Amino acid sequence: MHIPDGFLDVKTATATGVLAAAGLGLALRQARRHLPARRVPLLGLSAAFVFAAQMINFPVAGGTSGHLIGGVLTAALLGPSAALIVISAVLIVQCFLFADGGVTALGANLFNMALIGGVGGWVVYHLLSRGVKGLFGRLVAAVVAGWASTVLASIACAGELAGSGTVGWRSAWPAMAGTHMVIGIGEGVITALVLAAIAKVRPELLGLTAPGAGVLEGAGAVVCGEAATTSAEDPVVSRTWLRRRRKPRHPATNLVSAANGERTGPLVVFGLLMSVGLALFVAPFACGWPDGLDKTAETLGFKDRESEHRALPAPAPDYKTPGISSEALATAIAGAAGTVFVFALAWGLARALSPKSARPPHGRA
Amino acid sequence: MQADFLDRHSRLDSPVHRLPAGAKLAAALALVVAAVALPRSQAIWLAALAGPLLAAAAISRVPWGFLARRMLLLEPFVIGVAVLALFAPGGGWAFAFLVARASVCLFAMLLLANTTPFGDLLRVLGRLHVPALLVTTLALMYRYLFVLVDEAQRMKRARTSRTFRPGRSRTWRTSATVIGQLFIRASERAERIYAAMCARGWR
Repeated sequence: MHIPDGFLDVKTATATGVLAAAGLGLALRQARRHLPARRVPLLGLSAAFVFAAQMINFPVAGGTSGHLIGGVLTAALLGPSAALIVISAVLIVQCFLFADGGVTALGANLFNMALIGGVGGWVVYHLLSRGVKGLFGRLVAAVVAGWASTVLASIACAGELAGSGTVGWRSAWPAMAGTHMVIGIGEGVITALVLAAIAKVRPELLGLTAPGAGVLEGAGAVVCGEAATTSAEDPVVSRTWLRRRRKPRHPATNLVSAANGERTGPLVVFGLLMSVGLALFVAPFACGWPDGLDKTAETLGFKDRESEHRALPAPAPDYKTPGISSEALATAIAGAAGTVFVFALAWGLARALSPKSARPPHGRA
Repeated sequence: MQADFLDRHSRLDSPVHRLPAGAKLAAALALVVAAVALPRSQAIWLAALAGPLLAAAAISRVPWGFLARRMLLLEPFVIGVAVLALFAPGGGWAFAFLVARASVCLFAMLLLANTTPFGDLLRVLGRLHVPALLVTTLALMYRYLFVLVDEAQRMKRARTSRTFRPGRSRTWRTSATVIGQLFIRASERAERIYAAMCARGWR
């Protein structure tokens, strides 16, 4: 989804640049005010982590493989502002060191992947994981948010490309949204698998309380092994390790709450920036859509400030359900079916991954 | 440890490498902006932009094979987006122009990355009043990128040496566990780094 140089015109590059700079500036200000000094290195390390995690391949059918994008994963672990900084750092390094993603398209890439993919994905994750409690809820939320953030970012990307006159909206939008509806499933599943793996060792990183002493012992063993492998580098290591062992980790000092010093104010601004962006790049094409979809487009672009609602109507690209004549109705049905499918997948995967005690009783939705 | 897979040639010695980082950054950005602003009717000017670039690449002594491999690695992404232009009227010509223009920009950025150490670029950003927190994050990311990639590969090697060709779903679960473990190790490393930074008088 990295847009290279030369695919955006001046007005799109400028507009996305301004929106991305505003979002990143706000996130940096939030972090400077609320992030404790000892968490500052975590931002850089998390960015390096995302970069390294993107190099781990997941085999897909037919010899192809995919990899994690990591927007929702970062946001779930660090909170929206920190995630915005981390993903931006990843994109900047990819742009300057690897020439992946153009430097004039940096604003657009930041807007799509850090603001919509990260913060937008976080909003979906946060709202859903509040609805369903415990690890089970986190995993359902992770799958849906991973999928929604990927699809939304691809739609924004298609809008920017089409708005620049580089490609036609009618060919770009189904191609981008269609492929990313498939890629998004992989992203959601990997995000949930990673969160489940982290919850097994360090549940407090997800804001969950440790289910038993055995888990904490496991964490101790990890810390111990890690300290043993690196203590030769730095004498401070053993000291911090000792200190950490004596002092029990309590939930109030975990990464999430430390990074979540922010309240609703900045989130409203982030939401506003995303809405303005989507209104600029996606909504103008609304008139080109079939009549029945105009309303959906408006809902998608303008009316809803909540990303949760944006995630839900995401219509399937020009899919036609056989036997239904109205194109708009068919598209709406295909979109609804896709959303139901993702929710069902999320539910099943979360059931399979969360321990038996944490599952909701069978048959209750 | 392969600490240099990204910008392997950024520390060579040549007249291009010795130029100040700020000047190179400005030149690369100016060239990219010029290429991007070029209208399709003036496509011939792309050659005029590519000429100095190729000359700079020759002077810099960055191996041509390396640059070519990197370009080949990145071209699929360019072509993947440009293919969408084929469906528009007059698509063939637009496609060729888009690919050529993006390739010139790619080459400029690759040459910048491989003739300028990233630390020097960050120093320029700091002088341009980019927020210190962002520069620190970028610097730490660059510093530990290679450590974490190495760590991930070590975990992967440990896994492959202990497992006997697992199935696909098993691979997904174990790879996800590796990623999860990588984050836990990164967050713990961040705490030790903070302690080390304080010990060395940071802030």
